[in-house]
Amino acid sequence: MSDYDPIDFDVLVVGAGGAGLRAAIEASARGLKTGLVCKSLLGKAHTVMAEGGVAAALANVDKDDNWQVHFRDTMLGGKMMNNWRMAMLHAKEAPEAVYELERWGAAFDRTEDGRILQRAFGGHKYKRLAHVGDRTGLEMIRTLQDRGVHQGIEVFMECTITHLLTDDGRVTGAFGYWRESGRFIVFRARAVVLATGGIGKMYRITSNSWEYTADGHALAYQAGAELIDMEFVQFHPTGMVWPPGVRGILVTEAVRGEGGLLRNSLNERFMQKYDPERLELSTRDLVSKSIYREVQEGRGTPHGGVWLDVSHLPADQVIKKLPSMYHQFKDLADVDITRSPMEVGPTMHYVMGGIQVDAETGASTVPGLLAAGECAGGMHGANRLGGNSLSDLLVFGKRAGAGAAEFARANSGKAGFDPEQVRKAERELLSVFEAAQGESPYDVQMTLQELMQNNVGIIREGSRLQLAIDELKKLRARAAHLCVEGSRLYNPGWHLGWDLRNMLTIAEIVARCALQREESRGAHTRLDFENTDKTKWEKLTSFARKRDGQLEIGTSSKGEMPPELKSLFA
Amino acid sequence: MVQEEGRQITVRILRGEGVKTQEVEYQVAVEPGWVVLDVVLHIQARMAPDLAVRWNCKAAKCGSCSAEVNGKPRLMCKTRLDDLDLTKPVVVHPIKTFPRIKDLVTDVSWNFEVNKKIQPFTPKKDAAFIYFQEDIDRVQEMRKCIECFLCQNVCHVLRNREQYQRFVGPRFFVRLAGLEMHPLDDADRLKQIEEDGIFLCNITKCCTHVCPEDIHITDNAIIPLKERVIDKSYSFWNWVLQPFSSK
Repeated sequence: MSDYDPIDFDVLVVGAGGAGLRAAIEASARGLKTGLVCKSLLGKAHTVMAEGGVAAALANVDKDDNWQVHFRDTMLGGKMMNNWRMAMLHAKEAPEAVYELERWGAAFDRTEDGRILQRAFGGHKYKRLAHVGDRTGLEMIRTLQDRGVHQGIEVFMECTITHLLTDDGRVTGAFGYWRESGRFIVFRARAVVLATGGIGKMYRITSNSWEYTADGHALAYQAGAELIDMEFVQFHPTGMVWPPGVRGILVTEAVRGEGGLLRNSLNERFMQKYDPERLELSTRDLVSKSIYREVQEGRGTPHGGVWLDVSHLPADQVIKKLPSMYHQFKDLADVDITRSPMEVGPTMHYVMGGIQVDAETGASTVPGLLAAGECAGGMHGANRLGGNSLSDLLVFGKRAGAGAAEFARANSGKAGFDPEQVRKAERELLSVFEAAQGESPYDVQMTLQELMQNNVGIIREGSRLQLAIDELKKLRARAAHLCVEGSRLYNPGWHLGWDLRNMLTIAEIVARCALQREESRGAHTRLDFENTDKTKWEKLTSFARKRDGQLEIGTSSKGEMPPELKSLFA
Repeated sequence: MVQEEGRQITVRILRGEGVKTQEVEYQVAVEPGWVVLDVVLHIQARMAPDLAVRWNCKAAKCGSCSAEVNGKPRLMCKTRLDDLDLTKPVVVHPIKTFPRIKDLVTDVSWNFEVNKKIQPFTPKKDAAFIYFQEDIDRVQEMRKCIECFLCQNVCHVLRNREQYQRFVGPRFFVRLAGLEMHPLDDADRLKQIEEDGIFLCNITKCCTHVCPEDIHITDNAIIPLKERVIDKSYSFWNWVLQPFSSK
């Protein structure tokens, strides 16, 4: 059964959102044979859902903007937890990354003088987000997708990678299955780039799709790579809350960027209390916590949210600049946003933590394994600014593609792996079909989502984090006895069964890192440690890694910024 | 048939692999504001764990969950139960034009192959990339396409006449129109557009009617492309002068 002919690539990219596509384009442009694997059809990855814009200091609208200001905003937004090298490279290279997209055919909204228009967003000092109405992600992914397919990248759609294959501590391939047929597939590669996105499906209320099951985080962890900052999970302040079917669906920050106001049930602009200077355009961590508090203290809307209102703006401007929000509320909630306010509340949106990478090359701590995009950690620190994700994908996607190409060139000998790894992977994937009875993977996932939502959510405390850790152990035991109905042909129950393992592994890491960090900072808020600790925790990064088969959690010291960057914060 | 407690509706989903299919009936307790995709995912989680369906964003942004609901091609994530007659069963079938893999999942790979053949954006040499909003309003309309392939699904040329070799379908005329109308694009795709079968379209506007992004596919993409091809290839003067032209 294990006699597969491995498909050979110099560089294999796992994940075809913005980061994966940009990495694959870069590796391929450097003349390397590049494969791109994705769980969904091409062009359906999470990037397509990004709405508000891509942050880059183009200074087309506000002349005073430059990379230093963008860098400073990013670090302050991340509560200084960011890897400063990544934040610096990101701020410097984002403008060129946006112009490159334009040269590849992306048609951004224009200024009066015919250049790329930029809008305001939370935590950005200047109008900085290049955008296309409220469908910027679609424009980006389509541009990258078309660039990629015309460049000869080989794409494996609806294919899930479940194992990385290794040789003497170096990643040399990947194993997975075709979702359509259930048949297995083996790749041999000189370098593997993970660009698998986030972890949202371990939470009940999330803007994330079924794909976000912590795959890349778990693959890297199992291969021995280090994860960092995993306690930092972003809750976007504005998800839909009503009706129940739409709960969690994203309401873009561009609504506030275009002038939308937040009010509580007493009609107060409550952000005046929490951040009188930036108001609605404060950072996401702060707006989310403020909404949470308003609702907790009894000033919420009928369905437990707050009001977000653009009805004071001219209706044609709302429809022109926020078309998909207009249709989303009209079609799904019977609300005409040009006349009535939207009901919104926090929704799990993004994980700042991820695979520890080298800022320049995207290399993880395991040779041959690189990462970019949401599954990589460090860039956003304790809280990501809106718009910085799309620019992150472009800047570090490109760098990881280049890094993988260089690694592949430097290690051009035959990459191999012990075939026993493939046989073991097969056995692990097929065992669920052998059980005559057992747990439904859907039931286990729902329990996991409740557990994480209630105990490792927006507001945390030690006892509940400990409870989550204990319960996760029980859930893992349940997940060890799954039962899957049907055949291997396009079987979502079977697929979820495997994804669950990834989620359970990473959920524990999130909970343990959250328990370890005894302070409140950015997206991590502890009721039992309410203050931000500038002496101890500001200097420490959490890490998680597998050592001798066991999870090890700890902290490491952050690198010092050079004086010329430090002076930006004086 | 599977039944559960609560406000009940009846749903019939066409299930099966390849050509072997049958409608399976489910009684589902629904919640306020649910869309058809909520029902399908609920059935998957509670009653039919191997029910195959594609979805991603659940917010009409990715174009994954195309299906035929009560005979009408729709995105399931955008189809509210409140808008359907719930005294009758809600019938969910996969899109018909593409080969069925399993349950609601069809093989749409043909579209991705067609896309590869389109000449990509080719900017003018040394273009300064200064252009104005009114120059790209129409381009942006074309680029709203979320590739749900509902237009491909309803187009007679594909659905009934199966002209897959001679016709790229409305989706790709939309892409071609977006490229041709870009103020800085310098490629000439008109000959290719003719070979892509633009004149097989007989303007019944079925594609426009099903487009969840409200792209005016026929009026704003296909007809302008036809006019451009005709202006270039079939004008009287071209016909008269062609024998003398070096091209």
